[in-house]
Amino acid sequence: MNPRLAKALVNGLLLGGALVALFPLAWMLAVSFMPPGTSNALPPPLWPANPTLDNYRQLFGHAGMWRYLLNSLLISGAITLLSLACNLLAGYAFAKLRFAGRERLFRLLLGLLVVPAQVAMLPLFLMFKYTGLVDSYAGVVLPGMATVLGIFLVRQYARGLPDELLEAARIDGASELRIFVCIVLPLLRPVVATLAILTFLTAWNDFMWPLIELTGQGHYTLPLGLASLAREHTEGTEQMMAGSVLTVLPVLVLFLAMQRHYLDGLLMGSVKG
Amino acid sequence: MSARRAAWLFLTPALLVLGVFFLIPVLGALVLSFTDYDLYALADLHNLRFVALGNYWALLHRPAFWAALGHTFYFVAVGVPLSLAASLGAALLLHSRLARCKAFFRTALFAPVVTTAVAMAVVWRYLFNTKYGWANHLLGLLGIHPVDWLGDPHWAMPTIILFAVWKNFGYNMIILLAGLQAIPVELYEAARIDGASAWRQFRHVSLPLLGPTLLMVAILTVSGYFQLFAEPYVMTEGGPLQSTTSVLYLMYEDGFQWWNLGIASAEAFVLFLVMFAVTAAMLRLSSREPAGGAA
Repeated sequence: MNPRLAKALVNGLLLGGALVALFPLAWMLAVSFMPPGTSNALPPPLWPANPTLDNYRQLFGHAGMWRYLLNSLLISGAITLLSLACNLLAGYAFAKLRFAGRERLFRLLLGLLVVPAQVAMLPLFLMFKYTGLVDSYAGVVLPGMATVLGIFLVRQYARGLPDELLEAARIDGASELRIFVCIVLPLLRPVVATLAILTFLTAWNDFMWPLIELTGQGHYTLPLGLASLAREHTEGTEQMMAGSVLTVLPVLVLFLAMQRHYLDGLLMGSVKG
Repeated sequence: MSARRAAWLFLTPALLVLGVFFLIPVLGALVLSFTDYDLYALADLHNLRFVALGNYWALLHRPAFWAALGHTFYFVAVGVPLSLAASLGAALLLHSRLARCKAFFRTALFAPVVTTAVAMAVVWRYLFNTKYGWANHLLGLLGIHPVDWLGDPHWAMPTIILFAVWKNFGYNMIILLAGLQAIPVELYEAARIDGASAWRQFRHVSLPLLGPTLLMVAILTVSGYFQLFAEPYVMTEGGPLQSTTSVLYLMYEDGFQWWNLGIASAEAFVLFLVMFAVTAAMLRLSSREPAGGAA
């Protein structure tokens, strides 16, 4: 094939692909600024002729989106912080601290990855029902406080830390906790950033367990609030798009800001074993 | 403090969380699936009875369950190959020496992955609206009659599959791209010197060396796609005519709308077993094939 033609073909296909990937996002953003009722026209408009913030005002005023936004931030933030603590401690222990049965225990944990999370949801709901945790923030945060994948990522990274450094600190009489906080944690910074963004995005986008656990609108996260609006079929297209923008934009911005860390984590997680 | 004691101290929080909120509930689900736990048992535990394999037996005789299993298989069987093809195509384009602005294209193609499925499913519903949606508008420009995407039982699942491909292909694209970048350049050079065309280079260099990565990506995608739930919940509510009711959607309805938690647990376990069997079969089949004999 003619090299110039090949070049045009490759870049043309990439451009087409990018257009398909981004069009729904761009359209959502454009419609969210259109006055109510104006997006349902033929041909479907692409650009708001008279841009307005009314849809956003409506969402925050009537639909209680503030509440959902705060709930989402609170729940995702809590899950991120707490699961970081649990996964970092456990991952480091599996990588660097010697104890009987270490490899067998780790293999057992990896085995848990085979079981889909939904299997646990029915008994978990009953467990929380009998302990009064249904429809509470704790009911969403507690099960997300440790993940096998998170422990795995930390272990992979921590195995590369130099043993001499830890031994030297031990000879100097530092306690294991002190070694972890003062020496190990600073060295684990890259994996902390990766795990933090991965966890936050997963928690923010999570749907099925919060849907089961959070039965009252007061605790709804953004995806739950949006899904319930969508199933009521009462809001107009423009307002639904404003709600979608509000749900998607925070994670999209976070991803763009920390893209390298996110993709690192994705690649590390996919190289099992 | 000895290293051994420190290790257990460090492990305790994570093991406690995973044990109490995952391992015990999973075992609990198995127990629950052998009982007739329903609304009456929810009100008073004395109404709970042990039914052994009764729930599983009932599922085998329930058309709605077979239908849900069928819809789930449809979604996996069509959705996974399409997703993988899109991922591989995009990865090859990004890997090509001819491509410009690679960083921009990579980010653009990956963007759908980080978006919230629920929010984008809402957007999808409007884009595939029969009257005002862009999908039908574009078809109209080509002279094709409008399709009732989400209202027609034949088209609802394909529309959800299109959505899933759009939303997810970027994930595997990144992994396959890393796989392509790990292939030594000398192999392509040697093939070029031997006069191999671009297609033959792909067929005999890229594809065999990418084989293990492709298999892993395929297995992860299959198990992910078996867990179809949020898309039908938002886009179709399982309809029209139950045509998009997946196993998990059925489990959600049985468990949390009708409070038949015994039956719902059995459904969850059957799905788990099916997923396990399918992914195990994929591993078996691929290990039997001689190296480089894929595709």
